Amino acid sequence: MASQPHTLQHHFEDLEQQFESSSLGMWAFLVTEILFFGGLFTGYLVYRTKFPEAFHLGSSLLDVQLGAINTAVLICSSLTMALAVYWAQKGDKNKIVLFLSLTIVLGAAFLGVKAVEYSHKIHHHLLPGDGFTFEGPFADQVRIFLSFYFTMTGMHAFHMVIGIGLMIYLIVRARQGWYSSEYNTPVEMIGLYWHFVDIVWIYLFPLLYLIGRH
Amino acid sequence: MARHIVPTRVYYFIFIALLILTGTTVWVAFIDLGVMNNVVALGIATLKAMLVVLYFMHVRYSSKLTWVYLAAGFLFLVILLSFTMSDFLTRHLLAVPQGWSLLQ
Repeated sequence: MASQPHTLQHHFEDLEQQFESSSLGMWAFLVTEILFFGGLFTGYLVYRTKFPEAFHLGSSLLDVQLGAINTAVLICSSLTMALAVYWAQKGDKNKIVLFLSLTIVLGAAFLGVKAVEYSHKIHHHLLPGDGFTFEGPFADQVRIFLSFYFTMTGMHAFHMVIGIGLMIYLIVRARQGWYSSEYNTPVEMIGLYWHFVDIVWIYLFPLLYLIGRH
Repeated sequence: MARHIVPTRVYYFIFIALLILTGTTVWVAFIDLGVMNNVVALGIATLKAMLVVLYFMHVRYSSKLTWVYLAAGFLFLVILLSFTMSDFLTRHLLAVPQGWSLLQ
């Protein structure tokens, strides 16, 4: 077994201060993430204000059912992640591995549904680019909506892929017995990241799938 | 350590609330409320985000400094959105000087 990191680093007073410090570092990162996605949301808002009809039309090309299912899947994965953190705080190695594995499965299910949606759009020539064709009004503006759709959901999916990679790392470490009720900071921090990614989707779902449905 | 451990029933309760809110937002989207559709959709999304932040991300039980970080992030997001839109929505109020062209 490699040397375990749960001992107190010499530059901290105690484990609690060490945890607080990690937690603030993670939140500082998440704030930059809020502003990263904030830039995309701002661009979306500007163009939606400029081309409201085209955005409604573009939104109606998306599959509400798949979007809603994916929202539920992601909420389930947030629950299993919260439970993984709970069992990390209790120091139960097997339950950490169980709930992280469930979170990975749910995350993979989300990405699977996303892949189905993407391939469906590409098949219907709705991927912005050379092959783009849209038989309807506002074709150029609908293409802008779809550019936002692919960019925003693509960046979101990319964050999920990274999250899944981080969870695989956590599972390996948990099996080696790195995490206990005294030291479980990495599980908590990656939990924060995963919940953040969930929040991004909570906004993406109504803004992309649900506009102009009535 | 003195850190607060949230009981699992809180997580289950928040989980159920998030699913109900998701169902509600889909349901409301198919009813014509005019501009209120946007308000309701974003209101529900914000309520969901707050539940996730406060309970799943433990912010409710976190230090005041964590709250400051989160508030700073939110403040700058509001600045980003509001300053951009205050520019974008008021451009037509000013006459374009002669010899300039407007991008359509």
